Amino acid sequence: MSEGTIAWLLVSSALVLFMTPGLALFYGGMVRSKNVLNMLMKNFFTISIVTVVWTVIGYTLAFGTDFGGLIGGLDFVALRGVEGDGLLFMVFQMMFAIITPALISGAVAERMKFSAWVLFTTLWALIVYPMVAHWGFAAEGWLFAWGVRDFAGGLVVHINAGIAALALVFALGPRRGFRAEVMRPHSLPLTLLGTGILWFGWFGFNAGSALAADGIAISAFVTTQIAASVAALGWVVAEWMKNGKPTTLGAASGAVAGLVAITPGAGFVSPMSAIAIGAIAGFLCFLAVSLKFRFGYDDSLDVVGVHLVGGIVGSVLLGVFAESRINTAVPDGLLFGGSDFFFKQVVAVLAVMAFTFIASYLLARIVKAITGLRVEENQETEGLDISLHEERGYVFSE
Amino acid sequence: MKLIVAYVKPFKLDEIKDALREVGVTGMSVGEIRGFGRQSGQTEVYRGAEYKVEFVPKTRIEVAVGDDDVERVVAAIETAARTGDIGDGKIIVLPIEEILRIRTGERGAEAI
Repeated sequence: MSEGTIAWLLVSSALVLFMTPGLALFYGGMVRSKNVLNMLMKNFFTISIVTVVWTVIGYTLAFGTDFGGLIGGLDFVALRGVEGDGLLFMVFQMMFAIITPALISGAVAERMKFSAWVLFTTLWALIVYPMVAHWGFAAEGWLFAWGVRDFAGGLVVHINAGIAALALVFALGPRRGFRAEVMRPHSLPLTLLGTGILWFGWFGFNAGSALAADGIAISAFVTTQIAASVAALGWVVAEWMKNGKPTTLGAASGAVAGLVAITPGAGFVSPMSAIAIGAIAGFLCFLAVSLKFRFGYDDSLDVVGVHLVGGIVGSVLLGVFAESRINTAVPDGLLFGGSDFFFKQVVAVLAVMAFTFIASYLLARIVKAITGLRVEENQETEGLDISLHEERGYVFSE
Repeated sequence: MKLIVAYVKPFKLDEIKDALREVGVTGMSVGEIRGFGRQSGQTEVYRGAEYKVEFVPKTRIEVAVGDDDVERVVAAIETAARTGDIGDGKIIVLPIEEILRIRTGERGAEAI
């Protein structure tokens, strides 16, 4: 690697890491004040858990010598022989492995045991994430080898986390008082701060995924900025028309939905296509967050509505808007004369959803048998901060 | 001596304080509270989900006055606190049995 590329990927790795505390604030502001520390901890502590898992075995299962397109071999266990450029790639990918399970935490907010979260995250980062990362990112992974493209993790990160969140919600059940009690965000300023940090870090996530300091990185940087902005516009305009008021939470949610949707195509589409992808994602994700009330599943902070739906929108639309003119690593999408690439993207979306849903549900059942998934009723009422951590987020008098 | 207790819209506090100063009130206590009356809460919308928030923020003002000042002080609060919209609040007048200024030990009207 050139010195420029090494410098850019080191910075990008730090940017992607920064997204996880950003996500913690994004989620933390949306829960009730009695659960804010638990929400922050479920994200912050995931950094430690996954760093260890990835270093010891996760990396080799994702990027070791291929077994049947499904999983990597054990040649890089404990980072044996991983040096220089390889070590840099390892740590950049580690930051993706960290934020992916952290994304799931928003769906299970305000009721999942911390011990259950630690165990679930460990198992999920050990089994599910490395496999899907292998399929989508490794050269011999079956999806990549078949021709599916996922620039920075629409499939591997967002659909993967979003569908796992749905499986975990089914295993866990709704919060006490869901749909009956007022459960409003306790601090939208925190949420907006978290959104800003996510947006900032996302430049490392998407532009860094060029794995070089080159024109593709520049292209991905630009489409990222455009899609996030347009999706925030789309979400706010949609809610303004439907509900009569433009909201801060709508702008924040829309920006994140746009960032999610551009992720799979960031280095593969033009700036004008990024406008289209952002607009569609902002509008569809706004509609999607109301599904949980219609179907009665308590995806508390809309991981399904934003990350799963946004990831699907982006991965499928890549099959429409991809241009080999922009990046020779991708075939043309429907709009530019391609055909089978679109089909492959749709199959990939369905395959990841099916595998991860089943695997995550089974892991949730295993965790349930070992630690139990939910806190006690009185702990849930009292709040997870006091009952699980013996701390308060806000102390107003000494 | 009377204790005048007013429950008002929080944003009206400064206007009320100035109006009370003008009619000669030299001290007051203020608290941020939550409550509902006929207004019966307000609606908030988060990601399209509507919540009826029953308890809305209000400000409680307490002023102790001599019997002769009651009408003027009540009128001052009433005028300053009124917007004409639902949720403007209430004023309650209570009798005071005794007041004691802790520093000097003065009692009654002297201690107001």
